[in-house]
Amino acid sequence: MKVGIVGASGYVGGEVVRLLLSHPEAEVSMVTSTKHVGEYLHRIHPSLKGFTELTFSELDYDKMSDNCDLVFTAVPHGTATEIVKAFYDRGMKIIDLSADYRLHNADDYTKWYGWEHPHPDYLSKSIFGVPELHRDKIKNAQLVSCPGCMAVTSTLALYPLIKNDLIDTDHIVVDSKIGSSGAGAGGTSGTQHAMRAGVIRPYKPAKHRHTGEIEQELSEIAGKKIKVSMSPHAVDVVRGILCTNHTFLKKEVDEKELWKIYRAEFGEEPFIRLIRDKNGLYKFPDPKFVVGSNFCDIGFDLDEDNNRLIALSASDNLMRGAAGSAVQNMNIMSGFDEKQGIMYSPLTPV
Amino acid sequence: MKCPECDADLNIPEDAAVGEIVSCSDCGADYEISKKDGSTVEIKEAETVGEDWGE
Repeated sequence: MKVGIVGASGYVGGEVVRLLLSHPEAEVSMVTSTKHVGEYLHRIHPSLKGFTELTFSELDYDKMSDNCDLVFTAVPHGTATEIVKAFYDRGMKIIDLSADYRLHNADDYTKWYGWEHPHPDYLSKSIFGVPELHRDKIKNAQLVSCPGCMAVTSTLALYPLIKNDLIDTDHIVVDSKIGSSGAGAGGTSGTQHAMRAGVIRPYKPAKHRHTGEIEQELSEIAGKKIKVSMSPHAVDVVRGILCTNHTFLKKEVDEKELWKIYRAEFGEEPFIRLIRDKNGLYKFPDPKFVVGSNFCDIGFDLDEDNNRLIALSASDNLMRGAAGSAVQNMNIMSGFDEKQGIMYSPLTPV
Repeated sequence: MKCPECDADLNIPEDAAVGEIVSCSDCGADYEISKKDGSTVEIKEAETVGEDWGE
């Protein structure tokens, strides 16, 4: 299958290319960039030297439609609205890694992103790309929107608790830590090494944009509006997310019951590992042990004194939080083995 | 036999002897084989030393 990547010079686009170059069913036929037209891909992504002689081209909708069966869009939020629509109208299959088609309600773009969505009619055409939640819809989708990295990591840990009506849905607190690659390749003064190294920076203690996605998905599961409080922090790692999801129990539950609930939901899922080990180095999910993989590791602990259930989840923001999810969705949409090209054990130590 | 802690299948080798420690591959709980009579095995929670994070 021939694929194209729009916006392949960024971290996410580069990661998509890295995965697809080794994918047994995919052939990367076109990569685009606005800044690097004519440049070899490996000049921007040095780790891909020797894997491809592709060069960046300009975005040409007709050319890409003629040469590709499926397109990934990995462009900044707000700029994918037109690109995705143009490919959709040409009948192309699209996997969008921006936020532009994640939210179903157009008003949520005003609330979380501060702009009006120019094509609200297209939001209902997009499937939220979390296979554990929407696998059947993804199979037949023309447009899949990959979730935000912290949103998917948090949602996966919380979803079984909501589904089983275990927790107070008025008090859910998501505390996230994320590595520097989550900020993208663009860069600001805050992402320069001198300012980023050693940091534990609460960069959006309230109203982070991924909150909208978590609320959307959990509300759908609950069948009622759910509010989530989220506070992300920038920490001194390159890749990785840890979500410490604080919840409060509505009814008594013990550890064995929680194991049962999580196993029932994720026991057959290829990219979810349940981590709650009394022995060894890895007692609870830790991003250090998922780097380079598509796994979302999930664990829990009980604080009976405060009626609190802490659901923990860890992922690699560029893999499960972006490119890994995208390729998993491509596999599902194309009828390939869901694990093809992304079933890697994590890289460790890093 | 199921793990008393997390309900996963507990793998006890056929040749395991009384006093031997077996560990659950899912939750890591350790158990000591306290009694063995043919294929009947009894276990009890093994003593473990908690990790001191030095904080």
